[in-house]
Amino acid sequence: MKIADKKTTATELVKTALKKAKEYADYNIFTFIDEDGALKRAAEIDAAIARGEKVGKLAGVPYALKDNFLSPRGETTASAHILQGFKSPITATAVAKLEAEGAIMIGRTNLDAFAHGSSTENSYFGPTHNAVDFERVAGGSSGGSAVAVALDIVEFATGTDTGGSIRQPASFNGVYGLKPTYGCISRYGVVAMASSTDCIGFFSKTPEDMDLLMSIASGQDPKDMTTLPDYYSEAPRGSLSKLRIGVIKEFDNESVDADIRKALKEKCETLKKKGYEIVELEMPALKYALAAYYIIVPAEVASNLSRYDGVRYGFRSKESENLNDLYLNTRSEGFMPENKRRIMIGNFVLSSGFYDAYFLKAAKARTLIVQEYEKAFLKCDFILTPVSPNPAFKLGEKVNDPVAMYLEDLMSVSLNLAGVPGLAIPAGKTNSGLPVGLQLVGPRRSDKKLIEFSKELI
Amino acid sequence: MKVDESTVKHLADLSDFRLNSDEAKRLGGDLENIIKYISQLDELDTSDVEPTYQVFEMENVWRNDEILPQDANCEDLLNLTVETIDNQIKVPKVL
Repeated sequence: MKIADKKTTATELVKTALKKAKEYADYNIFTFIDEDGALKRAAEIDAAIARGEKVGKLAGVPYALKDNFLSPRGETTASAHILQGFKSPITATAVAKLEAEGAIMIGRTNLDAFAHGSSTENSYFGPTHNAVDFERVAGGSSGGSAVAVALDIVEFATGTDTGGSIRQPASFNGVYGLKPTYGCISRYGVVAMASSTDCIGFFSKTPEDMDLLMSIASGQDPKDMTTLPDYYSEAPRGSLSKLRIGVIKEFDNESVDADIRKALKEKCETLKKKGYEIVELEMPALKYALAAYYIIVPAEVASNLSRYDGVRYGFRSKESENLNDLYLNTRSEGFMPENKRRIMIGNFVLSSGFYDAYFLKAAKARTLIVQEYEKAFLKCDFILTPVSPNPAFKLGEKVNDPVAMYLEDLMSVSLNLAGVPGLAIPAGKTNSGLPVGLQLVGPRRSDKKLIEFSKELI
Repeated sequence: MKVDESTVKHLADLSDFRLNSDEAKRLGGDLENIIKYISQLDELDTSDVEPTYQVFEMENVWRNDEILPQDANCEDLLNLTVETIDNQIKVPKVL
C-alpha cells in the first residue's frame, strides 16, 4: 500500500478507485461517494510528496468507510432512515488515525441498518450484492465494505463486528477480515450497537496490510474508556514453531456445508505438513452462544437505540401533535423491521418478570463461554473454525425468517461474547465457485501473532 | 411462550413504537420464534455461575476532573436539529 516510491500518484490511485466505484454502481456498495473531497486530499498529498515532505504510512491509499463511522464528510446514516440528514461535527478516532497517515476515504459503505443483520439486506438503501455472485448476499452487516475490497475498488475498508459483521462478509466475498480483541481500537465516534461486544476492525487483501492497519488504528484513547493500553505494536512476535491449532469437534457436523468442512480439513492437512500439531477440542458451551448473544445484544441495542427520538439529530417525523407523538412517529417511521425486532426483544428480556429467566441467564451462559475459551487455549494456541455454516446465500432467501438469518451467526458470535480476536481468511471456493472463509481465533491480545500465523495458511 | 397481541403492544410501548395491526401481527410471529430459540438456554445448568456483563479487563478508569476542549461546540450541535429557537431545540408541545 505504498506510493512513496513515486511510481504512481495519490491522484491516480483515487481516480482509479472512483472510476471502479462507478463501474460497480449496480452492486449498491456505497451510500455516499466523496469524489471532490477525495481528489482534493489526493492533490494535497501529491503536492506534499513533490515538496519532499514526509508523508504517512497510508499516503494516497484509497479506502472505504463503513457508514457507521462518524466524520464530517458526507452524512453518517448507519444505513438507517432515522439518521438521514445527520452530518457529524466530529470524527471517529479510528478515522482520524487512518487519515493522519494519509489514507483517503473515497466513500461510505452500505450496511444493515445500525449493523443489525447478516446480509446487508436490512439497509434502508437496499441490499449490496455479493462480489462473486450478483444473485447472492454480500453478507453483513459490513457488506458494502467487504465487496468494495473484494472488487478491488479500494485497498482496504473499515468495519464493525458485534457478532460476525466483519468476518462473515469477508468470508462471503473472499477477503481478509479482522475482529480484534475487545477494546483494541477506539470506538469513539462509531454508532453504538451493543457496547459490550462492539469492535472496530478492517477488511484487507493481505495479512501484511492488516498488520499495518492495526498498528495504526489500535491503542488507548481517552475518549473511549474501554480501550486497552497499547499492546498491539509492542506485542512480541514470538515463535510460530510448535504452535498447536485446535479444531472444534461440535462444528464438524452435517449442518455445516460440505465444501466448508472440506476446506477446513485441507487447511489442517497443510498445517500438519508444516509441522503444526492439530488438537481436537470439545467446546459444548458454544452451542448456547447464539441464544445468549440474541439476548444480550438486543438488550444492549434497546438501550443504545433509545437515544434516537427525532429531537437532536437525524430524521424527525413531520406533523406530530405533541412531544410523545414525535418520539413514537419518528421511531416507528425511522427504524427498519429488524431494528424493531431487536429493540422489542431487548425490552422483553430486560422487562420485569423476564429479566432473570433471559438476561441474567444469558449473562451466566456468557461466563461459561468465556471459560470455554480459556480452557481451550490451555490446550492449543489458536483455533481454526468455519466463519459461518454456509457460503453466501441467495438474496431474499432468509429475509422473512429472522431465526434462519440469526443461525448464520452460529460460529461467529461466541468470540464477541468472550472478547477474543478472530481473523477471517480466504480458504478457497466451493464447488459452485463461492468463496469459503475460515476464521483463526486466538486468546485476548494475540491479534498480531494471529495475523502473522495466518500467512502459514496462504 | 405465546406472544399475543397484548404482549406485542406492551413491548411496543416499552420501545416507543406505534405499530399498525399488520406490523404488530408480523412482529408478534417473529418475536415468538426468536423467544422460542433463545429459550433453549433453559437446558443449560447455570447454578453457581456468576454472570458476565462485560469482557473488558480493566475496571474504574478514572480521569482528572477537569474540563477539556470538546470536538463539537454548542452551535455545531444545535445545527444538527430540525428547528431551534433562542439557542434551544424546538419541539411540539409537551402536554
